[in-house]
Amino acid sequence: MLPLILQRIVATIPVMGVVALTVFALLHLTPGDPAEIIAGDYATPQDIAKIRAGLGLDKPLLTQAGIWLGNVLRGDLGTSIYSGLPVTTLIGQRMGPTVALTVLAVLISVLLAVPLGVLAAWRQGSWIDRTIMIFSVSGFSMPVFWLGFLLVWVFSIRLGALPVQGYQPLADGPWQFLRHLILPAATLSLIYMALIARMTRASMLGVLGEDFVRTAFAKGLSPRNVLLGHALKAASLPVVTIIGVGFALLIGGAVVTESVFALPGIGRLTVDAIVRRDYPVIQGVILIISGVYVLLNLCIDVLYVVLDPRIRY
Amino acid sequence: MSSSTPASATDGAALSAGSAAAATLRLPQMRRRGFFRRQPTMVAGLACLALILLAALAAPYLGTVDPSSLRPIARLREPGREFWFGADQYGRDIYSRTLYGGRISLLVGVVVGVASLAFGILIGLVTGYYRRLDRVVMRIMDGLMAIPAILLALALMALLKASVRNVIIALVIPEIPRVVRVVRASVLSLREQTMVEAARALGAETPRILRVYILPALVAPLIVQGTYICASAMLFEAYLSFLGAGTPPNIPSWGNIMAEGRAYVQRAFWIILFPGAFLAATVLAVNLVGDGLRDLLKVK
Repeated sequence: MLPLILQRIVATIPVMGVVALTVFALLHLTPGDPAEIIAGDYATPQDIAKIRAGLGLDKPLLTQAGIWLGNVLRGDLGTSIYSGLPVTTLIGQRMGPTVALTVLAVLISVLLAVPLGVLAAWRQGSWIDRTIMIFSVSGFSMPVFWLGFLLVWVFSIRLGALPVQGYQPLADGPWQFLRHLILPAATLSLIYMALIARMTRASMLGVLGEDFVRTAFAKGLSPRNVLLGHALKAASLPVVTIIGVGFALLIGGAVVTESVFALPGIGRLTVDAIVRRDYPVIQGVILIISGVYVLLNLCIDVLYVVLDPRIRY
Repeated sequence: MSSSTPASATDGAALSAGSAAAATLRLPQMRRRGFFRRQPTMVAGLACLALILLAALAAPYLGTVDPSSLRPIARLREPGREFWFGADQYGRDIYSRTLYGGRISLLVGVVVGVASLAFGILIGLVTGYYRRLDRVVMRIMDGLMAIPAILLALALMALLKASVRNVIIALVIPEIPRVVRVVRASVLSLREQTMVEAARALGAETPRILRVYILPALVAPLIVQGTYICASAMLFEAYLSFLGAGTPPNIPSWGNIMAEGRAYVQRAFWIILFPGAFLAATVLAVNLVGDGLRDLLKVK
């Protein structure tokens, strides 16, 4: 088992290497002078020269790539052009709201979507199944921010029940924390829910036809017992995979959601950095988030090997 | 989604060689009835899509005014007889802007879908067939796919000037690796088949093998994937524009109109409501067509 896990870990190294190089190349392979683009339309030649020297853009390309990779490996993602703070510090400051938002959204979606998917599979072809599947396809057709504004309009503006926007850290009390986070998390979880429900249904349909499920029913176990105890267990691997793969969608949704609800998270940091063309910050955020994504999927891969001894790569 | 009787595979079969004769036999029977009953959601999606497409194309003849004409006196006017969907903070007509905005969203969706497929097929065919290239290219594709699509598109837009063409470029690049994967997987399994081996034994050259034996089998899965790419591209265009890194503000697109209305959520919710509803309906329709095609063409 251990060699397999090691093999999976080693396989992520080239992926992360390509991510780091892509992030580097983003700035250098686009047409035009990056220093001029970053400096903006009203920059003086001195400003441009300063940015060029500050980012090391005056050195040969290969040297720059080497320096960039070396810095990344040492955990140095550069300094923000706008605020002058290290990119790692900025990302650290903004991590809280994003983690809170995504974790809550994942919890909501898994807790709701898996039972819905199981139900849809069990009652395949019935109106329950159809309703759940229509809900699911609508879920990932919905523009995230539009849904967010609809929820704000109904719950905050019309009913006045929840705050329109803003963020309260957990340290200020769980009630305020949840009140501010529930609408963003609900907004964000919809796509994810749609994805998970659909995958759960498909995976369960594959399992429900198998002999051991028929046997379990035949020996008189309750449907709940058979579905959740036997079938779901066997059908869980694809569901876990989609939770990992869907993280990319989730993080994209988080960027938009944070913007709608004015949450001071990584998404806001990115959007602000893009408006200010603060490229070191953009590069740092992409690198960190892609790293988290790769790591998450690595954990899921390893989990597979531990959960299912039949799996051999 | 609905039941998949053998007859519903006719279109898919028609695309792959072999069973072409059987397909033509079943086709008229499928056309006559059954299609609506078997794929009600797909028909609904197609109908909805046709309506929206028509509205966007025929926008000048549907009671619209110039979508950019300012009428300060009608600032934030509520939806009513004169302004069907209300007016924005500059007194521009939201109904006209929504119909004209549809042109941009649909254009972006279709072009991104087609371009991603074209580049993906090219790269996928070549890498799937030439083992030596395969390792390098697939590592690059894996790396690109590890970057969430929206972030990659946002980063590209930060460097490119805001224009519809650049939005399309920024959305195509993250989609290419996903198409390459599908193409490559099919090529890898197809190239081991007897028909390909036989063709090669008869002296067929690689381009001919790719064209005659491999490409036709890819048509069905790629049509389905292209539909889904089209749907997500329309959403992503709106996200980019909404975040201020997409279509330039002087061209109305659904994302743009909503971005400009965000400061007025409390006072003029209609600025966001109507374009968003059109976007949601369009994306839903395209996704329904995609699901229907997947059933019909028996993909996966």
